Amino acid sequence: MVTDDLTRAAAARATRWRDARVVDVTHHGDRGVVLRLDVPDRIPHRPGQHYVLRLRAEDGYTASRSYSVVSAPSEDLVELYVERIPDGEVSTFLADVVEPGDLLETRGPIGRWFVWDGRSRALGIGGGSGVAPLVSMLRHAHEIGRPELLSLAVTARSAAELPYVDELRAAKALVALTRVNDLPPGPTRLDAAVLGALVDPGATVYLCGSTRFTLAMETHLAVGGQPASTIRVERFGAGVAPG
Amino acid sequence: MAVTRGFVGRRASARDPRLPPGQYDVGSSWPVLTAESTPSIGTDRFRLTVDGAVEEQVTWDWAQLRALPASTWRGDIHCVTTWSKLDTWFTGVPVDVLLDAARPLPTATHVMVTSSTGYTTNLPLADVVDEKAWVVWEHEGAPLAREHGGPVRLIVPHLYFWKSAKWISRITLRDSDEPGFWERNGYHMRGDPWLEQRFDGD
Repeated sequence: MVTDDLTRAAAARATRWRDARVVDVTHHGDRGVVLRLDVPDRIPHRPGQHYVLRLRAEDGYTASRSYSVVSAPSEDLVELYVERIPDGEVSTFLADVVEPGDLLETRGPIGRWFVWDGRSRALGIGGGSGVAPLVSMLRHAHEIGRPELLSLAVTARSAAELPYVDELRAAKALVALTRVNDLPPGPTRLDAAVLGALVDPGATVYLCGSTRFTLAMETHLAVGGQPASTIRVERFGAGVAPG
Repeated sequence: MAVTRGFVGRRASARDPRLPPGQYDVGSSWPVLTAESTPSIGTDRFRLTVDGAVEEQVTWDWAQLRALPASTWRGDIHCVTTWSKLDTWFTGVPVDVLLDAARPLPTATHVMVTSSTGYTTNLPLADVVDEKAWVVWEHEGAPLAREHGGPVRLIVPHLYFWKSAKWISRITLRDSDEPGFWERNGYHMRGDPWLEQRFDGD
């Protein structure tokens, strides 16, 4: 109960808005941008959690979106991966305008469901920018010396479109490239056979990606015998967390 | 609160008054957001039960539910992740009809709604009566898709949409409040979009 109260207190503190300073902006390919933020009075996140960024115009108009944390809890800066959606009001601004030194309103870390604390076996499955929270889990697993607890399977159209491709490959993630398979040897799809071989009823599955991708993966996992109760899903298209 | 350098935003000349603060219009699309694996529930296996602080526990199967007097709700829905879908419509039965059959006890103040996946969400009883909440099986004239909660979901359009539980299987009347799934996981107990009650502490 005490732990639960502390968790609730931390969560209430996490939902306060803070002005974070942009320390670093790195572009990844033509769609990805990595932001590193110095968040004052930062609360350590749990791998899988997200932050909300809020942009504010002079007249008070605001627009906010949620982004998964990529950094490990032990890192000083909060690293977020933003996919630039061509018509996206917030992502285009973050990708095209924001530079080091800017202040961004943030709140977080948020979410207590799609989180992994590195204490039990986990299987992370990500499509495209859905790998972001899995990279946080990966960094945490290495940090605590338990890399063997986490298995990863990720997919994108090509290596250039897979965020953190080098980090994922170095960690021996299973990488499936559907259009330009320029990282042999590897499968070209996360299909029923590939996922069936990864099924582990004793592990918690963290599945993150588009609606279409996650629905397909759920079907493959079910066919392979992964219990539905072990599968945690984060779908995007409009943000993270619930509808 | 800092003004974001260089940010103007993409406002229409006049912001649509149907959009609560912090929300944007998602247009004709309808994003899918769920925390759990999407179940496949045949209408032959569908059951909906109203229980807890009621005079009589009642269960409907698919045919019994569909035999109730259907009506259509039309309006706007708002997701806590900041999208809103304007002028959409659902067909089903007001929750009032189900409650009238089970007859809540005078002590009932809240409901806990449960899905066949185990998902739960809590609501004040006052938020699901007087035609503010519906149990629905059609969206814009078509059967409700599986990923949107089909065959049957709850809609409570005046609150953020995580309160509108997909794959609803149970409505339990209670004499006290208790957090449901997202409410235990960092989200607000009530979730009024016009008050921006997004997270625990808002």
